[in-house]
Amino acid sequence: MQLADDEQAMLEGRDGKARQKAMELLVRYAAALGAERFVNTTNVAGVPGSANPFLQQYYSGRSEGGRDAIFSYFDLDADELVDVPDALVPTAHLQGGADRDRWQDLGVKVEIFRSYQEREAFAATHGVEILKTCTPYLAGRVPEPGEHCAWMESSAVVFCNSVLGARTNTEGRESTSAAMLTGKIPDWGLHKTENRYATHRIQVDVPVDSVMEWGLLGYFVGDAVQESIPALTGRYSSPEIVRFKHFGAAASSSGGVEMYHIVSVTPEAPTLDVALGGRAPRETIVYGPAERRRIYERLNATATDPNVDFVMLGCPHAAVEQLQQAAELLAQRRVSANCQLWIFTSRAVKRAADAAGYSKTIADAGGVLLTDTCSAFAQALPPGTKVAALDSAKQAHYLPAIMGVQAWFGSTEDCINAAITGRWAGELR
Amino acid sequence: MTVVKSHNPHPKPQIPTGTQTTRIVLRGRKVVGGRAEGEALVTRHAIPGWGGVNPVQGIITEIGHDLRGIPFKDRVLVFRGAKGSSGWSAMYHTTRLAGTAPRALIFNEMTTKVALGAVVMRIPSITDLNRDPLDVIETGDWVIVDADNGIVEVIKRKR
Repeated sequence: MQLADDEQAMLEGRDGKARQKAMELLVRYAAALGAERFVNTTNVAGVPGSANPFLQQYYSGRSEGGRDAIFSYFDLDADELVDVPDALVPTAHLQGGADRDRWQDLGVKVEIFRSYQEREAFAATHGVEILKTCTPYLAGRVPEPGEHCAWMESSAVVFCNSVLGARTNTEGRESTSAAMLTGKIPDWGLHKTENRYATHRIQVDVPVDSVMEWGLLGYFVGDAVQESIPALTGRYSSPEIVRFKHFGAAASSSGGVEMYHIVSVTPEAPTLDVALGGRAPRETIVYGPAERRRIYERLNATATDPNVDFVMLGCPHAAVEQLQQAAELLAQRRVSANCQLWIFTSRAVKRAADAAGYSKTIADAGGVLLTDTCSAFAQALPPGTKVAALDSAKQAHYLPAIMGVQAWFGSTEDCINAAITGRWAGELR
Repeated sequence: MTVVKSHNPHPKPQIPTGTQTTRIVLRGRKVVGGRAEGEALVTRHAIPGWGGVNPVQGIITEIGHDLRGIPFKDRVLVFRGAKGSSGWSAMYHTTRLAGTAPRALIFNEMTTKVALGAVVMRIPSITDLNRDPLDVIETGDWVIVDADNGIVEVIKRKR
């Protein structure tokens, strides 16, 4: 592959051992992909230096002074301890750890919480912006159209490419940490214009006009196209940030969608022809009433018991308008004594909700507003949970499989009504 | 100091001798170099990452996956591609630390997830084969992966 002068110099160790090891890893990764060169990135979102209990235990006692074992051995996949320098380019930390104020609600043991705090301090002292969210684009990190990024988190990756028109592949833990130290990422996949065109057309024949409907459509699309790029045409209306967020998260859970086009809405799809790059679609797939019902039933396949003991909202992390909606639905009402309501968001959005009074309304009704993580990611449920209600197709995809609970999927209103009554009454209307 | 855990010495392959032995040679592109051999574990499904695998136990946990619950430790994993979360590489990286990793990877669809995962698992890996490995290799076949030369040798299990 072709290395630029600064890349060659980093590889030879000019900028220190850690950046050398990061460049070595990126060269191995680029060779595996078959990439011929790197692009410069100034926008990285990853989980540098973070550790679950397994990694904490595995690397326990192996750091020496400022030489961090987890970052050296795991993030950089190096065989030696290195002094970790600051991030070379702007880097954000995605979700992880536990809410600083409510970690005990999540069932986290004190020693685990302390280790999360230590890992957060490691990242913060190496120049990493601590956003602790799967929605960095709702917490101030909004790349320019066309900007080369190196992002993890499938729901953020698909938003970055499709809605913001920036360019990233689905990067991993090790590649984002290496990019943080070098500002480089392989020029492959969605960094190249020719790979960003749609290959499949989705004809939407039912009205899609709410968060729940966009979630259903996303789950259908991911299942239908898997890793391909779809272009949507048809009867959708009023797409906006929250709907894009749920659509993309669903499509990247049932399939591996990293980019989509919504014709006359998203930035690289002014027309169907432009979205398709002037080629005919390989396949046109219709989303009609039968498909809609089949997806709804599939998302509710694990649930039989109408007695709901847990409601979780905020997957991906709630936007402030979703917390406003939750507060309006909860005002002057009370969560059932037989049910718990958890709502997850980012620290940044929570501050806005605090200022607007939404957090207080949610708390007064008995709901719990949490940051940094979610039930699936933290593998955390209220003790004794058997039946959950969710307004996210992504969470409905993961939570029953990971935690062995039943899960109902429906609208935010269906879920909040379930929290109030302790009974599921949602249906496809 | 190294974090690479040594694999157990490879057991002797149960290669049948005699003229009936069927050997098939495939050619592809090196993803990660090295040479390894072992018993094939084949799936037409994509391999899930975070949320669909338990790396410490070395098993896929995704509901409905045809490899669910089958240990992949020391097998040659033959599969379509990687799917799911961006935590894919970190999960399979963890299998190397936990000593549950496969010995080699043979797959069809290149993505950033599987490329990075193969790199940090540090096991011989091949893609872009001249025949579809999912049509040629069956679970239980003995497979020799010479990634440096892009060669996969399949010794069919007698059935």
